Amino acid sequence: MADSTAHVSRSRDLDKLLLRPGHLVGPTFDPGTELRDDIKEYVKILVVGAGGLGCELLKDLALSGFRNLEVIDMDRIEVSNLNRQFLFRSYLISSSLLSTRRKVKAMQPCPMSNLMLIDLSIALVRVLVLLQVRLKDLRLQDVGKPKAEVAAKRVMERVAGVNIVPHFCRIEDKELDFYNDFNIIVLGLDSIEARSYINAVACGFLEYDSDDNPREETVKPMVDGGTEGFKGHARVIVPGITPCFECTIWLFPPQVKFPLCTLAETPRTAAHCIEYAHLIKWDEVHSGKTFDPDEPEHMQWVYSEVNKSSICCQESGAIRHSRSYIFSNSDRFCCPFMVVIKNYKGVVKNIIPAIASTNAIISAACALETLKIVSGCSKTLSNYLTYNGVEGLHTKVTEFVKDKDCLVCGPGVLIELETSVTLRKFIGLLEEHPKLLLSRASVTHRGKNLYMQAPPVLEEMTRSNLDLTLFELMDKTPKDIVHVTGTMSKSDKKTSLSMKLRLVFKGVDGVADMDTAGGA
Amino acid sequence: MIKLFKVKEKQRAENPNGTAPVKKQSAGELRLHRDMGELNLPKSCSISFPNGKDDLMNFEVTIRPDEGYYLGGTFIFTFQVPPMYPHEPPKVKCKTKVYHPNIDLEGNVCLNILREDWKPVLNINTIIYGLYHLFTQPNHEDPLNHDAAAVLRDNPKMFESNVRRAISGGYVGQTLFPRCM
Repeated sequence: MADSTAHVSRSRDLDKLLLRPGHLVGPTFDPGTELRDDIKEYVKILVVGAGGLGCELLKDLALSGFRNLEVIDMDRIEVSNLNRQFLFRSYLISSSLLSTRRKVKAMQPCPMSNLMLIDLSIALVRVLVLLQVRLKDLRLQDVGKPKAEVAAKRVMERVAGVNIVPHFCRIEDKELDFYNDFNIIVLGLDSIEARSYINAVACGFLEYDSDDNPREETVKPMVDGGTEGFKGHARVIVPGITPCFECTIWLFPPQVKFPLCTLAETPRTAAHCIEYAHLIKWDEVHSGKTFDPDEPEHMQWVYSEVNKSSICCQESGAIRHSRSYIFSNSDRFCCPFMVVIKNYKGVVKNIIPAIASTNAIISAACALETLKIVSGCSKTLSNYLTYNGVEGLHTKVTEFVKDKDCLVCGPGVLIELETSVTLRKFIGLLEEHPKLLLSRASVTHRGKNLYMQAPPVLEEMTRSNLDLTLFELMDKTPKDIVHVTGTMSKSDKKTSLSMKLRLVFKGVDGVADMDTAGGA
Repeated sequence: MIKLFKVKEKQRAENPNGTAPVKKQSAGELRLHRDMGELNLPKSCSISFPNGKDDLMNFEVTIRPDEGYYLGGTFIFTFQVPPMYPHEPPKVKCKTKVYHPNIDLEGNVCLNILREDWKPVLNINTIIYGLYHLFTQPNHEDPLNHDAAAVLRDNPKMFESNVRRAISGGYVGQTLFPRCM
């Protein structure tokens, strides 16, 4: 009895969205308890990243009624994470207190429990002092452990019924099949590179029908969150329907980079000195070894190198400047040494201080969009929300536009071919094709360069492919995507471009595997 | 999309062995493929692919200047193209030890389009022309090798003889340069 009332109260707010009809709902919305139960049972979500946003996302999604979550992150917990990545703790004390508190609550649910908690914690500290347990041994309970594993464990401890599978690895280490298993991928990442990778994977599952419409069952929606200080964004990417990450990648401003000679000759800021140490000095001393900003020893080396006045410009007082820069940013959660290293990381890894409340706001928006995509309880964001809390508060939704020729999410041009067509003939066909008119085409398929027009050394290496049939060169795949690059001539104007082609070989269908097996 | 997810889940339960998805090429690789297909090098420059025809992301460019101080020398540059190309520029290093005001003894190259002035509209061709330009017109105003820059600025005649000595294999100051002619 007690259990069932608790259950009802837990989904009370969710029920307001899922059980009642409304006039702002999506076209496929079908309110009812079945919907709520189906969300629990059938929806599988991957959260990419278990950092500042990832922690919030896991908590928000778990509390939104999603039961099957997985999380992937390659990082280990650092001391500097603890102020905002609230699923991680520094002191053993806090977890023992927590369990004590739970017991207290279970025994005696009264308003006194908070007072008792304080009493208990004082008692506990006394016990620890008596036992002469050094605080040093107690701290850093989670520090050094994989973020994904700790985050998954903590959320499962707190939200009954949710199952979170952690993956402590790089996103590139997982097979593509792994990603295909999820209904939605939610991103809490900190780099363009990682977003671009996941975007390419998700768009890779997308297939189009013969009328260039995306096949619904191959669509893998993504919800992307990002924060930088007091600014953030939330974005819905439904490959084939809304613009993908690559469609709008040109909107990113270029990274600020200093000229190498400025670094070497006239460093004026602390950032210059740090860049100089890790870009130029590092190679001089450690020839051949690659610099890894995640390696504490490497960072320590950069730090000591910057502090050697010899490498800094004498006249500009850069070193003094760099010291004040380092210590002015100190935050009280870290010991001074960590602060120093952290700020070097700020320059070396382009880290911008994170704000916990920004993460919470952006994550809430992402979790809500995820719920909307799944349930249809409202139309989704269309399609990019920006949040700015630097001065006052400003949010705005912008509708990004799809690039119809996007190489990653676009349909490409459908071409049907006989299996007997040679690569040479195919390149000729591209020139005549009314939709392409592509001359001097180079052809690539799944990372293999079938033919390159230039440079001469590659042309020579790929020339022998010209008289082979394309079907054979593509490992007798009945249909697949190839990319071609070349020059298109339109009204006397020549433009060079890359194109995606969907090749289908006539007379070969899904059972091609058996055919080739029989033929061989 | 819940209905779709439900159908898919049931399908998966019935037929666990779907067709395995295949790795797609990244946008950066495709863009590089286009750069390569359009490559139009001067006679003094050539390109090679140590890892074969399918790895375009790592390659070497050989420059043999046909005029200026470095006439007759052969200089090899390694290119590492990052996955985020062309959003990020390639990493270029000079493999040949060279006496040059804008290239240090470790092979770091100070060329504006490789760092602060890189734009995605630029391509491999422009970088190679930029590197070639460094040899025909070394620039003492953006030095990485301070000694060489100072000599070029104050005494171009001596700079010329230093370069000759360096590329034919010999000492300039305390530094030994291997022959690269």
